[in-house]
Amino acid sequence: MTQCAFAPWNDPEEKPLIQFRNVSKRFGDFTAIDDLTQDIFEKEFFALLGPSGCGKTTMMRMLAGFDAPTEGQILIAGQDMARVPPNKRAVNMMFQSYALFPHLTVWDNIAFGLKREGKDSETINARVDEMLRLTRLAKFAKRKPHQISGGQRQRVALARSLAKAPKLLLLDEPLGALDKKLRQDTQFELMDIQEKTGTTFVIVTHDQEEAMTVASRVAVMDEGRIVQVATPDQIYEAPNSVYVADFIGDVNIISGRAKTQGDKVAVLWAEAQPDILGTTSKSFSDGQEIHFAIRPEKVGISPDEPADAQNKIQGKVLDIAYLGNISTYHVELPTGHIIKAQTANTRRIARRQITWEDPVWLSWTDTAGVLLER
Amino acid sequence: MRRLTLIAVPYLWLIALFLIPFAIVLKISLSDVALARPPYMPQLDITGGWVAIREFFAALDFENFWFLTTDDLYWKAYLSSLQIALLSTVLTLLVGYPIAYAMARAAPEWRPTLLMLVILPFWTSFLIRVYAWMGILSNEGLLNQFLLWLGVISEPLTILNTNTAVYIGIVYTYLPFMILPIYSALERMDDSLLEAAEDLGCSRLSAFWLVTIPLSKNGIIAGCFLVFIPTIGEFVIPSLLGGSETLMIGKVLWEEFFSNRDWPVASAVAVILLLILVIPIILFQRNEQKQREAEG
Repeated sequence: MTQCAFAPWNDPEEKPLIQFRNVSKRFGDFTAIDDLTQDIFEKEFFALLGPSGCGKTTMMRMLAGFDAPTEGQILIAGQDMARVPPNKRAVNMMFQSYALFPHLTVWDNIAFGLKREGKDSETINARVDEMLRLTRLAKFAKRKPHQISGGQRQRVALARSLAKAPKLLLLDEPLGALDKKLRQDTQFELMDIQEKTGTTFVIVTHDQEEAMTVASRVAVMDEGRIVQVATPDQIYEAPNSVYVADFIGDVNIISGRAKTQGDKVAVLWAEAQPDILGTTSKSFSDGQEIHFAIRPEKVGISPDEPADAQNKIQGKVLDIAYLGNISTYHVELPTGHIIKAQTANTRRIARRQITWEDPVWLSWTDTAGVLLER
Repeated sequence: MRRLTLIAVPYLWLIALFLIPFAIVLKISLSDVALARPPYMPQLDITGGWVAIREFFAALDFENFWFLTTDDLYWKAYLSSLQIALLSTVLTLLVGYPIAYAMARAAPEWRPTLLMLVILPFWTSFLIRVYAWMGILSNEGLLNQFLLWLGVISEPLTILNTNTAVYIGIVYTYLPFMILPIYSALERMDDSLLEAAEDLGCSRLSAFWLVTIPLSKNGIIAGCFLVFIPTIGEFVIPSLLGGSETLMIGKVLWEEFFSNRDWPVASAVAVILLLILVIPIILFQRNEQKQREAEG
């Protein structure tokens, strides 16, 4: 971790570019956004992550101006956006379907927004050429959208939305239509372009890996609310709820009752089983419901009882998922709980010590997991 | 072999129902009028052998086509037909486009019903519908009665038996042919394209001009041809709704055939009409072809 890391959200002096102030959006009886307040800062790559129907697309459409909030205010650069139509906002959007104009060439698609601004043709030519270079599309300038591949179309859509040099670029599931390999390449390309142009990006996605890869901050949404906003590592390492822990990556959740033990908290989770010890900055009262969440890769697995682990439980291997670089062991505890443990396959598979039905020991340190109230 | 048979079927169909009738009409147009039954000569007599056939071809000439140039009635009728067809195509487009647009923007559950309403008039006889317009447009007709009752006019307007009535009749009759292709083009359009246009700085109106119109272009072209081509040769509407000053080639053709019983001249008129129509038909086909290619 470098000290000069980009974190304007921690700086009280910094003015946010976008402010949601108690924004609600209802469609008839359905509440898409529920009293949401959130700041997004300049040059951020802000990801809205959540399952479908959580309100992330509605948030984006309100930023673009296609939907108006039922209640509350949205400010961009300090200006209330309530009466500003989409064509008067310094905001551009890259659509999920790309929405390329099929009757125009790649060049004309990119030039479309610039022409509407009434710029002279020299400026437009220069800017379009710059965009074509940035997105490596120069060869395809004269083609129509149906004559290029999906990945190229995606880049045209990006170039078109960037051409006007918006303050804010909205990306609605931008990589959804691409296959996995191309998607990963494009994610890095997106980050690269975001850095080069210094534009603020807000991306909507349901793909947690994508959000983690590209974003400076991730907002996890559920039913019209933002459950947690944090940097990808915080979201992963320190989720604030079972929902977030479960939504981001793989996790083992063990529920029980809290009991304070000095500066640590023990989770009483089953009869005749050792309590799980964890550290937390939050305070729990004794007997309170508590959830212990731990990532599979933080659970150690060994055939012999580990000597110096704060937490250790015995179980039996139920299943092994071999993924090449890693293996995930599904271990059944005597209580019926199934705990996933992940190890990197640093040795060849023939040398693997553990196999099906083996009795094994699971272990982790007291700082490996997180303790959650809900 | 099977493929050949499959290809042969439409060709046989075209030969039997298009090429042969055309050859017959062409032959009549090259013949001379005669007081006989059928009212032209020469007649082909194959039993006469080679000599008879040679005589038959020797008797054919372009006299009737020459005749068409001597009387200015004909070229005036052609010109007037073109003009009426052109203007009514534009009128039909102006009326049809907003209807197609409204249909395409209607809630999806309403679209089949609206489509049905457009097609519904086809279920009654075309002739009866034109007669109904006579009832509406005549001096004592519904329209005049209504306008008199409203007090907009003090004496009935003469609409029936004028070119106005012809335009009303044509626009009414051919409206579905305009609406359907435009509707199908608009309905396929992705709404996010309009949002994208607005997002990039278009007002609603300029988004319509820059995106909606170009994307429905093929529908507009198809609709215009579907109205223009049959309108040129239209004769029922001008004869029932039009007046003496309404000059359309379809009507002239009908009169040559049935009033004058001059089949050769009538056939010559028909052949010229066909030649005139070949140009827009080819253009229409090319438009369809281009559209299919564009859709890949």
